[in-house]
Amino acid sequence: MGEVEVVAELSPEVVAKVAAEVAKYPERRAAVKSALRYAQAEHGWVSGGVVQAVAQLLELEPIEVYEVATFYDMFYTEPVGRHQLRVCTNISCMLRGAGSIVELLEHKLGVKVGGTSEDGRVTLLAAECLGACGGAPMLVCGDDYFEDLTEEKLDHLLAELD
Amino acid sequence: MPPERPEGFIMAMIIIDGQEIEAEAGSMIIQAADKADIYIPRFCYHEKLSIAANCRMCLVEVEKAPKPLPACATPITDGMVIHTVSEQAVEAQQGTMEFLLINHPLDCPICDQGGECPLQDQALGYGGDVSRFSEGKRVVDDPDIGPLIETEMTRCIHCTRCVRFGQEVAGIMELGAIGRGEDMKIATVVGRTVDSEVSGNVIDLCPVGALTSKPYRFSARAWELASHDAISPHDCLGSNLNIQTAHDTVKRVLPRTNGHVNECWLSDRDRFSYEGVNSPDRLLQPLVRVGDRFEEVAWEVALQRAATALSDIGKAQGPGAIGALASPTATLEEFFLLQQLMRGLGSDNVDHRLRQRDFRDDSFTALFPGTELPIEQIQDAACVLLVGCHLRKELPLVALRVREMCRLGGQVAALNPMDYEQNFPLTEALVVAPSALPAALARIAMARVGQVEVSEELRQWAELIPDSEDFARTAKMLSDVEGEVVVVLGQIAAQHREASALRAIASWLAQHTGIRLAFLPEANGAAAWIAGCVPHRQANGDGVQEPGLNVSQMLSARLSAYLLFGLEPTMDLAATGNLVSALSDASFVLSFSAFRSAVPAQADVVFPLAPFTESAGTYVNCDGRAQSVEAAMDPRGMARPGWKILRVLGNYLALPGFDYITVDDVRSRVNLSLPEVVCRLEEGCPLPGAASKSVPWSVESQRFERVVDVPIYDVDPIVRRASSLQRTRDHSLATVHMNKEQLLALNVKAGDSVRVVADADEVRLTITPDDRVLGGCVYIPMGSAATAPLGGADYIALKVIR
Repeated sequence: MGEVEVVAELSPEVVAKVAAEVAKYPERRAAVKSALRYAQAEHGWVSGGVVQAVAQLLELEPIEVYEVATFYDMFYTEPVGRHQLRVCTNISCMLRGAGSIVELLEHKLGVKVGGTSEDGRVTLLAAECLGACGGAPMLVCGDDYFEDLTEEKLDHLLAELD
Repeated sequence: MPPERPEGFIMAMIIIDGQEIEAEAGSMIIQAADKADIYIPRFCYHEKLSIAANCRMCLVEVEKAPKPLPACATPITDGMVIHTVSEQAVEAQQGTMEFLLINHPLDCPICDQGGECPLQDQALGYGGDVSRFSEGKRVVDDPDIGPLIETEMTRCIHCTRCVRFGQEVAGIMELGAIGRGEDMKIATVVGRTVDSEVSGNVIDLCPVGALTSKPYRFSARAWELASHDAISPHDCLGSNLNIQTAHDTVKRVLPRTNGHVNECWLSDRDRFSYEGVNSPDRLLQPLVRVGDRFEEVAWEVALQRAATALSDIGKAQGPGAIGALASPTATLEEFFLLQQLMRGLGSDNVDHRLRQRDFRDDSFTALFPGTELPIEQIQDAACVLLVGCHLRKELPLVALRVREMCRLGGQVAALNPMDYEQNFPLTEALVVAPSALPAALARIAMARVGQVEVSEELRQWAELIPDSEDFARTAKMLSDVEGEVVVVLGQIAAQHREASALRAIASWLAQHTGIRLAFLPEANGAAAWIAGCVPHRQANGDGVQEPGLNVSQMLSARLSAYLLFGLEPTMDLAATGNLVSALSDASFVLSFSAFRSAVPAQADVVFPLAPFTESAGTYVNCDGRAQSVEAAMDPRGMARPGWKILRVLGNYLALPGFDYITVDDVRSRVNLSLPEVVCRLEEGCPLPGAASKSVPWSVESQRFERVVDVPIYDVDPIVRRASSLQRTRDHSLATVHMNKEQLLALNVKAGDSVRVVADADEVRLTITPDDRVLGGCVYIPMGSAATAPLGGADYIALKVIR
């Protein structure tokens, strides 16, 4: 039997935001995605404790929340760095050299795809099509799209990140 | 979970494989085909679960449809023409099978499911002969999800039967489908185990070798097992078992489908208790005491010793100095012969109600306790009120039916001494101190019945506690619903210090309303009543001249001889306070036991008893359904079925009427054409006077009212020795449970040790925070060695060890 993590604490602000989401739907479970989003923003990632906290808040079984958390790419069920670079490796970007962009980033950060740099600053991720084929190859960092990537642009971007 | 039937369903004519069939419009093709015995391959479809249509194995050709359709999710319309073996259907099925096998290992010889695997069978029947796939296969890690279910998730084909079972049937969703696409897998939340009391059913549901039985793993192959019918002795439902044996060992237990009883399910207790039967603790030789130790002897010696001692005591002190206690898990035939033996000796001191403490209503009880609404109709009832009943753990499969009732719109209220977690929604959850149970029931009953004259005693009971909105609301719920209303008195009620008051109040309620009652017997208790294994009645309900002594009287009366049939005295009795001295002072103790360690140290002669797997017999469930079975296997060692031992002991004592040849001869002495169950007390049964108020609790006195029940895996000696069940989370209950507020007030924390003192006995236990328990109360279960000295004590004092 493994260790079961203790329930994470959600701040009153998150609890209030989740309550506002719950009010929008006929069923509480409909707010799972929003609740996970707010909880992840606060905790950085969706730990077992966050899963339990969200489950308690929405009166669900933890596994129901965990199913959703593992279904979506943008919920992290492992700890991640302060910034996440999601490089598109889907067909258009692949044809425009996404492979070498990934290799460059792996080299510069000293990690493999899925890994986090040692200083805990950046997590490198591969993503499916993000709907910016016109600017391939591209990546997403936070809420920003970076298109027509070159090594210079990558260096510039990495230098900008705190 | 079949889809809900529309009002006044319409029939449709369809043609499947050239056969004209009348089927319900809107039902699924696969259901109509099953009824007509036309087999369509399937993995995800199961008649008791919702339709998922995600395995695609049941694709069939439907004329005028542009492509093959899944038979499990295509509703029937009039005039539909379906082909299950046409070129299109076969091509679709073969294609699906090829895809299913892409990621499934092709190593059936090393898989535990091999030989009884739907995937293996259907790959043979509906698949190609050679795989065209030469790339690498997906590999999935195997989580440890507890002591009962083994996982090999690489074999999983994602049918989600196990997930739907948890969500829909068991009511506790523990398994889920995590990840997606290629990465999807069935798992629990990281680190969690599957703890449901009906979890073993996913082993039967899993169509591949992904979820298999952990205790059975790699111990036999399906084709080398012999199957035998049996009935479970652990609860009063009498689930139908298929006991599978090889080389004189029970290898595993599977359900036998019986729509009136267990449907196609089994509780984990019924499925895995066989490990107790195989335990190394089995007693295989008769023993007699020589000085302060036991010596193995031949049957003749043991029987002669017992017969001589019993007849000597009968002559010297009179037969009234002999008493017999039987485990409620015994068979009807054993109960009958035990009471025949006792009454042949001239004593009516025979009882099976080991944990019952209140016997004041004995002369007003019905023929046997049971359920007035048959179990199979519970899902169609409108409302159930549980009184002193942890239904999920007492009768796991009946709880599933109550859950189904809720899904169909029924409502449940519970009146319990602590806030048990249920697997169905509770409309009203009333939690009162154990001593207040009769008062609360009286409040509800009076509010429900309304304007009739109420006896002084009933009023006194009600006035022990202040009235509250909760009681009125619950009463209103009982009267507002349309349809059957059932009030269920469970084991906590039956074992209550004021059980006769609870039964009398419930009976009064039933007499004044159309409410039906259920008094749940323990295990095969209904058979014991019918067979006359009670001090005040003979077999078939015939009266006695003068009632004998009941369980508590037998222990406090210090008899000269005790016969202990199949019980483990320290853990199966509520009145353990008198037990040791009673047995020590007795000049003769005869123990019938299947287990060496269940024999009390004071025994003089010990007969090795064959457990339920090795004995023919009859079980009567709470519906009054008598089910007789043969022994699944020969008894081990020199152990013998109880009915044979008792019959021969009767011969040794030269009692008349012990010339039975077969078990059927014994059974024929009991009338098993039973009337419809009426369990309520006869009219005119006086309500005992209200018990005085309990002493209010204070931190200073450190005296608490005790909530006591018997955990699911501590009910009888066999279950207590089933090693895998003993490793489940349901087993770690033998501690002192109290709510967090009280922990603070006592200045103790989880894991601290306390001395628990009841009367003269005390034990040392640890503390568990548990907010289901009310203030002023602690929950300490009985039935296990750790809490045995406390017996059923209602009040205990705690002494914190600093």
